[in-house]
Amino acid sequence: MNHNDPEILDRLDARFPGTLERITTVDQPTILVSKDMILALFEQVKNTEGYTMCLDVAAVDNFPAQPRFELVYHLYHPTKFARLRVKSRVGVDEQMPSATGIWPGTNWPEREAFDLFGIRFAGHPQMTRIYLPEDWEGHPLRKDYPLTGNRVD
Amino acid sequence: MATAEPERLMDGETMIINLGPQHPSTHGVLRVRLELDGERVVHAEPVIGYLHTGFEKTAESLTYQQCNTITDRLDYLGPMTNNLAYVLAVEKLMNLEVPKRAQYIRVLFAELTRVASHLVWLGTHVMDLGAMSLFFYTMREREVILDLIEAAAGVRMNPSYFRVGGLAYDLPDGFHDKVRDLIKDFPRWMKSYRNLFEGNPLINERLDGIAVLTQEQALDWSVTGPNLRGSGLPLDLRKDEPYSAYDEFDFKVCTRTEGDAYARFWVRIDEIYESMKIIEQALEKITPHGPYTTSDRKVALPPREEIYGNMEALIHQFKLVTAGFPVPRGEVYQGVEGPRGEMGFYLVSDGGPKPYRWRARTPSFYNLQTMPILCKDGLVADVISAIGSIDIMLGDVDK
Repeated sequence: MNHNDPEILDRLDARFPGTLERITTVDQPTILVSKDMILALFEQVKNTEGYTMCLDVAAVDNFPAQPRFELVYHLYHPTKFARLRVKSRVGVDEQMPSATGIWPGTNWPEREAFDLFGIRFAGHPQMTRIYLPEDWEGHPLRKDYPLTGNRVD
Repeated sequence: MATAEPERLMDGETMIINLGPQHPSTHGVLRVRLELDGERVVHAEPVIGYLHTGFEKTAESLTYQQCNTITDRLDYLGPMTNNLAYVLAVEKLMNLEVPKRAQYIRVLFAELTRVASHLVWLGTHVMDLGAMSLFFYTMREREVILDLIEAAAGVRMNPSYFRVGGLAYDLPDGFHDKVRDLIKDFPRWMKSYRNLFEGNPLINERLDGIAVLTQEQALDWSVTGPNLRGSGLPLDLRKDEPYSAYDEFDFKVCTRTEGDAYARFWVRIDEIYESMKIIEQALEKITPHGPYTTSDRKVALPPREEIYGNMEALIHQFKLVTAGFPVPRGEVYQGVEGPRGEMGFYLVSDGGPKPYRWRARTPSFYNLQTMPILCKDGLVADVISAIGSIDIMLGDVDK
């Protein structure tokens, strides 16, 4: 059972005409937005629509597609229990705007995306590795990072 | 609550102290970097990653059914709820129907692990505050629950009992009676625990008004579960977005409004009682015999006796074991109410038998982020209360 609100997509479309791409999924309303627009969209979704929780930030490596990475934000409305998924794409040498100014709780998951995927977030207060040691080479969750094997120097 | 202003040792100068990663009160391998001004905490920064095992990477090389074993190891005190979140996510993506009886059994075990997890929390939290004896009692009673899990799944700690499509095995004979014994003994356990902590001034002093988290902060920092309910928000996925037949059960969402360590303490104690109510109802609904997994042979293993006499069953068994089953292309998110908050899985499938992306939204990871807020301007001793009161699980934090 879910309480999702598919009409939010129409309202967001009216607010940001021509910039949102709807994606059909089995579970919740999903939109794809360019990374330049994403902070404006988040402001709107949080302050006007009431999606005050960002439950998760997940990164996906779509290697060899361009732009390579996809960031997936799972947003939650704590009184209507509605969910919304916002996705955005970012290339290897590009920076993603950090959502920490809007949801402070995205601090660690963004650091995690940096640590494991090598995605940099502009405006993040502490863009350092979170799990792996500082001197670790590479980003393990990238698709071109081997699962096992000995390092050969 | 400390009333006297502690002495500030160094005027304007602060000192950095590491709490952990080997400190017994950090419940595993958490390191907290404390910046102190005398006895006051200026900043408390959790440093994590000591238990990082790369589950998300490993999962990409396993079939959907095999990934289940990884979910056990995330939050290893509440393995059944992790299993549940994961199998529900895959089932949602496959649009797979699970027999009602299996759904009830899933509820029963999810609540049993919640009780077991809360018992460990109660024992360790109170032990951190200086009361040793309660820990022995709660661990003893937790063992009774682990025996039930062992009876059904064959193992105590990492059961992987829920499988995509249903359950791994049916309940063993006499299982109902064992759970009834537990339900019968339960009030006696709780009474003996409460004798030890209820009204105990030492525990009250260490928790009352300590590590306060307001509602706004909890929402901003994506805090879920008992920690959020301790700040007064009655959010509980079992009620809000019922999954696995939870809408057929009668229980209350426990909340407190104060937002301090004491509020979170009582939310969890109340939750144990509510979980026992659900267990009792689930036991009524579970018939001794009936289907425990889907009849879809493309997903669930055929019964053993069929394999020896039926060619098709043999082929299905071989295919499922060697190659796994394909999952339709797409993405899905499913969250469930774990003992520590919203345990969710975000899966991306490319249409093959292995997940393209396997993302675990683990509650402790988000809950731990609030440490700097909880500990700010408190005493060093309150840091211990704060860590215990948000009930983190390092396997869950470090993945």
